[in-house]
Parts: sequence; structure tokens; C-alpha cells
Amino acid sequence: MQAIVVEQITKSYGAKGAVKALDGISLSVAKGELFGIIGPDGAGKTSLLRILATLILPDAGEAYLQNLHVVRDYKRLRSLLGYMPGRFSLYQDLSVQENLSFFAAVFGTRIEDNYDLIKDIYVQLEPFKNRRAGALSGGMKQKLALCCALIHKPEVLLLDEPGTGVDPVSRKEFWDMLQRLKSWGITILVSTPNMDEAELCDRVALLHNGRILAMDTPAGIRGSYERPLFAVRSDEMYRLIQDLRQWPGAYSCYAFGEYAHLALQQSLQGFDTQADSVMAELQQYLESRHHTGIEVLRAEPGVEDCFIASTKDR
Amino acid sequence: MRTVFYLVQKEFLQIFRNKTMLPLILVMPIFQMLLLSFAANYEVKDLKISIIDHDLSTASRQLTGKFAASPNFKVQSASFSFQTSMDEITQDQTDLLLEIPAHFERDLVREGHVPVSLSLNAINAQKAGLASGYANSIIRDFNAEFIAKWLPKQITQSAPSGQIEVTYSNWYNPRLDYKTFMVPGILGEIVSLIICFLTAMNIVRERELGTIEQLNVTPIQKWQFILGKFIPFWIISLFIMLVGLTVGKMVFDIPLLGSLWLVFGYTAAYMPCVLGLGFLISNFADTQQQAMFTAWFFILIFILMCGLFTPIESMPDWAQTANKINPIAYFVQFMRMVLIKGAGFQDIKGNLYTVLGYAAVVNALAVWTYRKRV
Repeated sequence: MQAIVVEQITKSYGAKGAVKALDGISLSVAKGELFGIIGPDGAGKTSLLRILATLILPDAGEAYLQNLHVVRDYKRLRSLLGYMPGRFSLYQDLSVQENLSFFAAVFGTRIEDNYDLIKDIYVQLEPFKNRRAGALSGGMKQKLALCCALIHKPEVLLLDEPGTGVDPVSRKEFWDMLQRLKSWGITILVSTPNMDEAELCDRVALLHNGRILAMDTPAGIRGSYERPLFAVRSDEMYRLIQDLRQWPGAYSCYAFGEYAHLALQQSLQGFDTQADSVMAELQQYLESRHHTGIEVLRAEPGVEDCFIASTKDR
Repeated sequence: MRTVFYLVQKEFLQIFRNKTMLPLILVMPIFQMLLLSFAANYEVKDLKISIIDHDLSTASRQLTGKFAASPNFKVQSASFSFQTSMDEITQDQTDLLLEIPAHFERDLVREGHVPVSLSLNAINAQKAGLASGYANSIIRDFNAEFIAKWLPKQITQSAPSGQIEVTYSNWYNPRLDYKTFMVPGILGEIVSLIICFLTAMNIVRERELGTIEQLNVTPIQKWQFILGKFIPFWIISLFIMLVGLTVGKMVFDIPLLGSLWLVFGYTAAYMPCVLGLGFLISNFADTQQQAMFTAWFFILIFILMCGLFTPIESMPDWAQTANKINPIAYFVQFMRMVLIKGAGFQDIKGNLYTVLGYAAVVNALAVWTYRKRV
């Protein structure tokens, strides 16, 4: 059974739908899957999640969660849905404990009833349980929000950019928690602008300007990358990128961490035999441009490379 | 119903935790009542008068003595030149001047009538009107006494004698105590103002902070959410009334003629009007700032036109019609009727039904404009 089914969802904002946030999105997520919606700011991630969370109405298209329609069955859907908005939306003037009890109460349950589900997360919050939510750190706020979204044991969990505004350690912990939640059979849909987080999902959809560019497992997405990719660095990175873009064999070049990623125009097929000669050629070209400290490596494409390539291909 | 209970509980938790709002809710009504009731006063005392007495006779001194003895006047200066006294008016040192002509006593006895001149500083028209009224009554008084004392000996029987004399008695407020009149009205105004503001701001705050987003994905229903907002403020309004009436009785000794059950029963029925109004305003605001200015716009008009400061009956017809949608006007009218006049249920029935209808309409509008789902 598919836990989430989205069919041709369209949503526009502004006068006469001037801004198209979602342009015919279709996807489906299996029960117990951790599915990632990956895309930059403004791709339409939040709009999609808000439609699924029954907060806004789509202009066209259908969406079902656990076979319940997001518009027609919204009342029934709300009790089996957990939603964590991108912005911290709990009561800042209530304590951790009070927030949790309140949300448990409005869902008609108690903290004790589903304590097993939130135990791992809640033990970390316990030392601060009498602190006001507004006085928590970013990571702790996120954990509290997750607890509140889980308190009624939802069947589907929608998380809007849970990693934003959180330090890398807390973010890692957060993703570990999501992995554990999967074991409870909860279907999780998570949106994120961080391409590296895609690797932590079972399947991902790359979203750009309201359209899905690709949808597959992270490995599948990486496997679809069709060009040879090099990681290059030198002492002058900015000039290096400019020069690499002018190199005749270059398809695209962009900064990637402390390296520049260079994609070649030729296909990956049969490239392995020529790899060494191409690298030597590249080295020579850069030396002729007076670069120092040159380093050229073969690079494995990541999801971000795939995303950049597919936005360029379109 | 359990959900509503949790919502109300949450609301009270937040209200009692707010270290700025809580004192405001409690202190503001008392402070405003004390301040406004003492300050917003139409009684004019100590009008400064300058007297130009060209006669300096027994009669003229009797007249000036009457002014000096009146609590309404304070003799500021005496001079012998109109110009000197007029300068004092120009410099705002006196409020009016009384000029008694030469041969005042002689002419009064001989002719039976003498003109005296009264000049008033009418920049504040209301004050000038009152001053002229007070001065005239003193002069009339003097006339009567003077006629009784002197004229019967001089003037023949043909003088008019059977004049109509007007005496009066002030009902419901025999000593015309200004505070008796103002305090119940001010209390009504304050309660309405605070509750309308609190409701509007509170709902918009949920929207501004995004907490409404989290509430909207819960199974909470529209009516539960609204009741969860209304009940806390409704209870607070009754509490403010209790505090206000206690202060009114203890500090101002306002009469509490009518039944207190009626007062609280009516308040309970009236409050949904202002609660609904606050709710309605919140539906058209995205930020607390917008809500505050919108609420301020309406409340200010409502307060100035509610009959607290100027009688509604003396407003132009269109204003009286406009006042039909002014909830505070009903409340102020009710408070005065029941507290000062001792009106019972039968007397305020019409007012009560209007207010109930008003509440129904405003809340229907508010619920209609409230969109849980954007």
C-alpha cells in the first residue's frame, strides 16, 4: 500500500496565479518509507508539504495520505498526521512539558500513552522540561517540535526543513531519530535544501521551480549521472573556475567545498581508458594558465552534482 | 468539550505567565477609573472674576460679596478701568469681568433697574456658558433680595409681585455628583476596551508567531478554537467588573441601586459583542500591529460616541443612527440605568435583546470570515 499518493498537484500564488509554486507534481511514497523532497529555497517544498498537511488547498490535482483525500477527508486525516512546520510553531511562553501535554490533550491522548515512541527524543529534553520553549536552543526546539508532532502516534509524518537553523551535530542526531522512527512503521516525508541529507533518505525527489527533476533512491540518482567528473583545486580557486569553464572539453564547472567540480562534455561510456590522458591534458592546460598547487582527482558524483546537471540540462 | 477545557487551560497559563499583560489587565481598569473619574469633570469651580466697581456703594458691595461667597467664583482682582480688566482677560488671567456702573445703588432704588456688564472669555465655550449661567443666577438672587429689602417701601402696589418662581429637585443624583454619573460609564467603557483589544491581539498573535499553523493540523474544530479563546476573556471581563464595582463603591461611593445579579448577568450577555468584535478584527489582520490600529480606530470612535462624555440625545440624527452599532453605548446606558436609577429587568429588556442580537450578528460575521484553511 502506498502511504502517500500525489497526482498532478498544481498550486499558484499571486494575482491570476502569477507565481507557479507547484507545476503538476506526482509522486508516491510507500508505507514506512523515509522520503526526501530535495530542492533549493523557492522550489515549492513548503507548498507541497502544506497541501499534504491539509493547510492549503491545491489549485488542481489530487493527493491522498493513507487513502484519505487531503481536501475531502481533512478532518479524519488530521488525527493521523504529524506535521512539523519549517518555522518553530510551538508556544514559546509555555514550558517543554506544557507544550507536550497540551498537544497530547488536543489529540485526545496523554504523554504516557505513546511514551515509547518519543522516549529516545524526550530523554534528551527531560533536563529542560520546565524551561520555556522559547528559551531552548535551535536543536532542542527541533526535538521538542518532533515530539509534539509524534505525540499522537501519527501514521504519516511531514517534516518541513527540519535541518534548517540547527548545528551539524544536532542535525545528525535528528536524522538518526528519523531512522529509528521508520522502525515503528511511520511513513516520513521530509523536505530539505541540503543535498547531502539526500543520502540519508530511502528515496528522494529533486524539486526545482515546482517540477520534479528526478525521483529515485540516492544511489539510483547518482548512478544516472552521465558525465565524467573531476575534482580540481589550485591556489587561486576563483580564477581556476573561470579558466576551467573556458577549457574546450568542459561541460560545466562549479565550486564544490574546497574543490571545483568539473564535468566533461563527453559521455561516461568508455571514458575509463582515456581518463589518464585527459587528466594529463587538464594539468597541462592549467599550468599554461600559471596555476600553482594544482590537484586533479576523479570524483564520484553526489546528489548535488546530479541536481546541478539536471537543472543545466533543462 | 474536553478539548475546549484544555484550550482554556492553555490560555490562562499563557495569560498568567505574561508578566506585562497581567498587571495591565488588573491595574489598568483601576487606574483609569481613578484617573478619569477625578479628572474628566464638567463641574466648573473657581472661575476667576475681575470686578470693576464704579459705585462703591452698599448695594454694589453686596453684589460683589455674593460673587466672592460663591464656590463657583474666585475674585481675582478689582480695578476701576475696563481696559485694565480686559487686559487680564486677554492675558488669560481672568475668565470674566463684571462692571458695575457709577450710581448703581441710586439708580436701582430710584429707577428700579440698572444695567451691569458681564464680559466673558469664551475661548472655551462650555466654560463661558457655565460662567454666564452661574453669574446670572447670582445676579437674579441679588435682585430678589434687593427688591424684598428696598422696593416695597418706595414703589407703589402696581409693581409686579406674583412672579413665577422655579424650584427644582434632581432625581437619581440629587447632589448632581459628577462621579456618580461618570464612574459606572467609565467602568463600562474600560471593560469593553480591554476585552476587545485582548481578544483581537491574542488571536493575531497565534497567527503572527505561527502557532496557529500547528493548531490547524490538530483535530481541533472551529467552534472549539473560538470557545477556547472566548471563555478566558469572558471570565476576565466579569472579574474586571467585580474589581471595578468594588473600587467604585469604596472610593467613589457610587450608588448600586439595581440588582448586582442583573449587572453581572447583563455583562455576561453583553461581552460576546466585544469578544466577537475583537475576533472579527483579528480576521483582517496578519500582525498584532495591524490588529491594534484597527481595534484602536473603532474603539476610539465607539468611546467618544458612546454617550459617556456627551449625551447621545444631543448628537445629530445621523450620529444617533450610527450609534446603533456602538456596543459600548448600550453598555454605558445599561450601567447608568441599573446602578444610578435602579432599573430592573423589565426596564432594560429592550437593551438586553438588542445586545444579544448584536452579539449573534457580530459572531456570525466573525465565524464566517474566519478561515481555518487558507
